[in-house]
Amino acid sequence: MEEALLRAVLFGTPLLLAALGALLAERSGVVNLGVEGIMALSALAAFAVALDASPYWGLLAGVGVGVLGGLFLGVFAVTLRANPFVAGLAVAAMGLGASGLLGKRYEGMPLDTPLPEGPLALVAFLLALLLHYFLYGSRLGLYLRSVGENPKAADLFGVSVEGVRYRALALGGGLIGLAGAYLSLAYRPSWTDGMTAGLGWVAIALVILAAWEPLRVVLGAYLFGLLFFLQFRLQGSVPIPSEAFAAMPYLLVILVLALSGRSRAPKALGQPFERGR
Amino acid sequence: MRLELDPAPSLGKTLLTYLAFLLLTLLLLGGLFALYGVPPLRAYGVLLSPLADPLGLAEIARRTIPLLLIGAGLTLAFRVGFFNIGAEGQLLLGAVGAAYAALFLPAGPWTLPLMFLLGGALGGLWAGVAAWLRVRFGANEILTTLMQNYLAYYLVVYLVAGPWKGQFVFGFLYTDRFPEVARLPRLGDTLVHWPTLLLGVGAALGLQLLLFRTPLGFSWRVLGENPSAARYLGLKEGRFLALAALASGALSGLAGVGEVAGIHQRLLEPAQISLGYGFTAILAAWLARGRPGLVLLTAPLLGLILVGGDALKLAYSMPFRVVDVVAGLLLLGLVGAEALARHRLVWRR
Repeated sequence: MEEALLRAVLFGTPLLLAALGALLAERSGVVNLGVEGIMALSALAAFAVALDASPYWGLLAGVGVGVLGGLFLGVFAVTLRANPFVAGLAVAAMGLGASGLLGKRYEGMPLDTPLPEGPLALVAFLLALLLHYFLYGSRLGLYLRSVGENPKAADLFGVSVEGVRYRALALGGGLIGLAGAYLSLAYRPSWTDGMTAGLGWVAIALVILAAWEPLRVVLGAYLFGLLFFLQFRLQGSVPIPSEAFAAMPYLLVILVLALSGRSRAPKALGQPFERGR
Repeated sequence: MRLELDPAPSLGKTLLTYLAFLLLTLLLLGGLFALYGVPPLRAYGVLLSPLADPLGLAEIARRTIPLLLIGAGLTLAFRVGFFNIGAEGQLLLGAVGAAYAALFLPAGPWTLPLMFLLGGALGGLWAGVAAWLRVRFGANEILTTLMQNYLAYYLVVYLVAGPWKGQFVFGFLYTDRFPEVARLPRLGDTLVHWPTLLLGVGAALGLQLLLFRTPLGFSWRVLGENPSAARYLGLKEGRFLALAALASGALSGLAGVGEVAGIHQRLLEPAQISLGYGFTAILAAWLARGRPGLVLLTAPLLGLILVGGDALKLAYSMPFRVVDVVAGLLLLGLVGAEALARHRLVWRR
């Protein structure tokens, strides 16, 4: 029982970090569908740097790549006001593709000095609390929420809508990068193509299920962690084909979306901002 | 300095922007090739090499077939405002339907039509699920259709490794070969299954006419361009949306039938049935800018990129992911150019 809860938290941690990253951007009004790709690329960067330098530099590299990924999406979704959904999908495909391409030489290499999972999981939990405090207890958080709800009003009050959105994407990208680094440095200290295994998509669905609230994201992430643990345990002991287990996270995302489809999203979510329109 | 909306961009500016983004995309791609250790210019040479020989051209035609069918349907779906990202899964479901009709139903001259019927129906059903989830529960179709791709993938893996695994294949993951009556004719020695090609051309032209020359098409266009106006007109939004979703799903299903009946002649692993057609067709549809007829031009273009990507894989033993990168970069360049063309730079705050 205790083991189950521990594994649930450890497995829920990358999900928690990635979902917090997506949440931060979405509260400012920008949809980030690139999570899966940014996570994969960060995981690779973290692993490659950890091999050459130290795992702590690897962690930093993962976060850095995440920040860059967020900013990259921002160029299209914020500055150019392109369709944010399509731009996010393209970033996801590119991240997955580039990590598979560049990571080929790292496949199967062991990491001698992995990072411990426990402290990172604690950091993730604390980050969720911090994000909650930031959103509801600080002036900057108020700006961020107002940009996501009513960018026109925020603009009239002198808040830079584009600036806030870029910062939210960058910080959120950093969290997503941390999720990727956790995967390749601590959770499964190695690199394999497709090691994110749909976690990025689950994270996006989790944000919707949690109604864009950081504290609910914590609960949801650990709940998913528990489900994954049970799935792992049941596999092999019950006469259900392994493909059904592999398909489980994706089915869960669909169910979650159906159950919480009309939960209250930030009002300006997915709408590019143009002054005077 | 800031970007402002430009209400009426000139044609020259639009073309120039697209050209600039194409160059930027090629530059980024070249950088990635260089990182991988391949000289960029030689890589581009390989990418375009299929244009130079008849075998390459036949290969492009073969890839064009599914892109044409799927792309025409997606162009319609996107125009109506249903962002179907699940063509890959709908194609796989079509292949499953075709395999069922070919392997488990009594064979006869009706087999091929039955395969197309069943495959198209399953593909439509698969897209219909997402449409229902959106209309009934408000679930975002981008995510649901994307997730359904994975479900379809694992369904096919399960079928070919489990209950449908062939009796006469050992160690391989595929079904028995389809009977003679369940195979599509091809052009000469090539893999171009021409009946499906004709179907694709028909679909592109048919949808173009449907969209611009009929009352149904008018309703679709109103719904896509101005949903609130559609509501004032009393249009049943959900019904029209679902209809477009079903049509695009069914066309993707037909593409899946074509692939298994025309090329593989059996159901096999999903990654071998669809060579990234679902995602690439999104590009073909986005490039066609809401006109299904234009897919007749964009599908062969992307067919070239797929075949060129294959040549790259072979020449430099790159992993299959290279196609993802090319497609993702192109898509990003495309939406970027489209967005920038709508803006102008203003030198004041």
